[in-house]
Amino acid sequence: MSDHDYTPSSKFGKWFNDRLPLLTLGKHLTDYPTPKNLNYWWTFGGILTFCLITQIVTGLILAMHYVAHADLAFGSVEHIMRNVNYGWLIRYVHANGASMFFLAVYIHIFRSLYYGSYKSPREIIWILGMIIYILMMAAAFMGYVLPWGQMSFWGATVITNLFSAIPFVGESIVTWLWGGYSVDNPTLTRFFSLHYLIPFLILGLVVLHIWALHVPGNNNPIGIDLKKPSKDTVPFHPYIVIKDLFALLIFLIVFAFFVFYSPNILGHADNYIEANPMVTPAHIVPEWYLLPFYAILRSVPDKLLGVIAMFGALFILVILPWLDTSKTRSAIFRPLYKQFYWFLVADVLILGYVGAMPAEGIYLLVARVATAYYFAHFLIILPILSRKEKVLDVPLSITEPVLGGAVSASAVRQRKDKL
Amino acid sequence: MKKFVITFFFLIISNSINITSFSAEKAAQPMSPGWSFKGFFGTFDRASLQRGYQVYTEVCASCHSMKHLSYRNLAQPGGPEFSKEQVKIIASQFEVRDGPNDDGEMFDRPARPSDNFVSPYSNDKEAAAANGGAYPPDMSVLVKARKGGADYIYSLLLGYDEPPEGISLDDGVYYNKYMAGNKIKMSNPLSEGIVEYADGTQATEEQMAKDVTTFLSWAAEPHLEERHKIGFRAIIYLIIITILVYFSMKKIWSRVESEV
Repeated sequence: MSDHDYTPSSKFGKWFNDRLPLLTLGKHLTDYPTPKNLNYWWTFGGILTFCLITQIVTGLILAMHYVAHADLAFGSVEHIMRNVNYGWLIRYVHANGASMFFLAVYIHIFRSLYYGSYKSPREIIWILGMIIYILMMAAAFMGYVLPWGQMSFWGATVITNLFSAIPFVGESIVTWLWGGYSVDNPTLTRFFSLHYLIPFLILGLVVLHIWALHVPGNNNPIGIDLKKPSKDTVPFHPYIVIKDLFALLIFLIVFAFFVFYSPNILGHADNYIEANPMVTPAHIVPEWYLLPFYAILRSVPDKLLGVIAMFGALFILVILPWLDTSKTRSAIFRPLYKQFYWFLVADVLILGYVGAMPAEGIYLLVARVATAYYFAHFLIILPILSRKEKVLDVPLSITEPVLGGAVSASAVRQRKDKL
Repeated sequence: MKKFVITFFFLIISNSINITSFSAEKAAQPMSPGWSFKGFFGTFDRASLQRGYQVYTEVCASCHSMKHLSYRNLAQPGGPEFSKEQVKIIASQFEVRDGPNDDGEMFDRPARPSDNFVSPYSNDKEAAAANGGAYPPDMSVLVKARKGGADYIYSLLLGYDEPPEGISLDDGVYYNKYMAGNKIKMSNPLSEGIVEYADGTQATEEQMAKDVTTFLSWAAEPHLEERHKIGFRAIIYLIIITILVYFSMKKIWSRVESEV
């Protein structure tokens, strides 16, 4: 931001800006040079910010009426649904908002994977994003516990029990997490407290995520470094603002269909049964967005190894920038990577599908193959591809392919890796 | 490859609708009589809701509680819409325990519209004990708490049958086509003419099942009509503003040589 020489026109503005350069920040944000060839997959950053704000605002209102007590929580949610003015709307927006948040974050992550946005110099943005993603899962899991339905209770029991796999101290850790010898009122109250805290941690990390983004600037579909500002960029406002707004509105239409016409389709019917420690549901299934990891967890026969595999699946994403070392960012210029990218997408969808199925027979077999492939993609395929893949010629600027038609040889930088 | 993945994705989506149905291996697919409250403009059939309340209160309520509803809900818009006077009379037929009074004593008084529905048993244990160990579930959100929703409840009420050859039932256990495992501890609650409808509608089993399921659907989702109405307006509004923003965006981006 130091490259900005901005002087407010009003006297008060200047006085204020000298003391707290908020106006300079505003100027930086509106002028921020953005690649002009960004496609709609790039609009999900804005959509995600919207989702976070929506969750915080609706969550605040819900917390005014919700009672975090094992005997009262279920009834208080019904109270919100029935007696609070537009409580049903706020709760359905919050519950479906979580799903929409994850839908958007998965698109955002897979966009990054396709266009190599995690690569140098954007590793920190990527890692911050992964921490946000992990915190999102923690927040969503704890939020799902709060209505104190059957799935809440048993989901909490299954997930917290994972920590008992830790050798020697596992059992003690679980007791410590529960605040007792089973999931009960102390568990609910601490989950509520943490569920309230985490979104604000996420908000802080989002600020860092955007700050880190504004240092190198956006990646773009052809994955080249741009001169900024130049013919290849447009100022963030109004160009990107209006485009993000358009995409957000389309997203909101989908969101509204869920909220108003099938608000419970993404939830589980059992969660409308009040938690009962004496009755175990036939199948304990987490929310859809956690299913791929649930499948990985269950595909390993040993409990401790299963937990390690599940957390490993996340950790492996964090170190991705050092697993895929290819200098070419965008999959457009990486024909082989592009193939394997779509294999990975299919693999994760398969994992999600088998995660919802009982862990037996063909489903278990498929889950194991898909789990193995997931790790192979990151640990074997990507490192090999980074070294061996013959990449295509990458254009020098965005304007070239857009205006020039055929790219002239002189304008092409050879980016083939030296072997 | 991309096409394959997309096709695959839709396959999963279409399959996932049945994702949890495997738990009810032996149960038959529920039937649907056609519900007026489904769809974009779905509303409840007022007369059916009122009849359904009658079935609930005369038949179901002897075992099943509905503790999250209040009598006043029966008069609210989008529900059975009994008049305020009717609701006062309905409520006054029930006794609630109140107190302590100034002498420190608990006392019984007739229910008021602001009171929650009176439960048939004082606690879950008593309810289970009186029903052969099977606790009759609270009906406030029952339709949302069962896979298949209204269709399932409707089918279950009509699904009682003689057990097929080879299936022996214990005392107090009944055969039902739609129940998971086909065994249910509730005896067939409906029989022709068990209630007498004030509006002259023939109280057939199908009619009663449909009415009471409609009532239970409303009880589980009392703001459904309002939700459908607001949803329609919200989506129309969003579509209009999206179109306006689209053309604004086209106009703004026409200044640069790039597609949006």
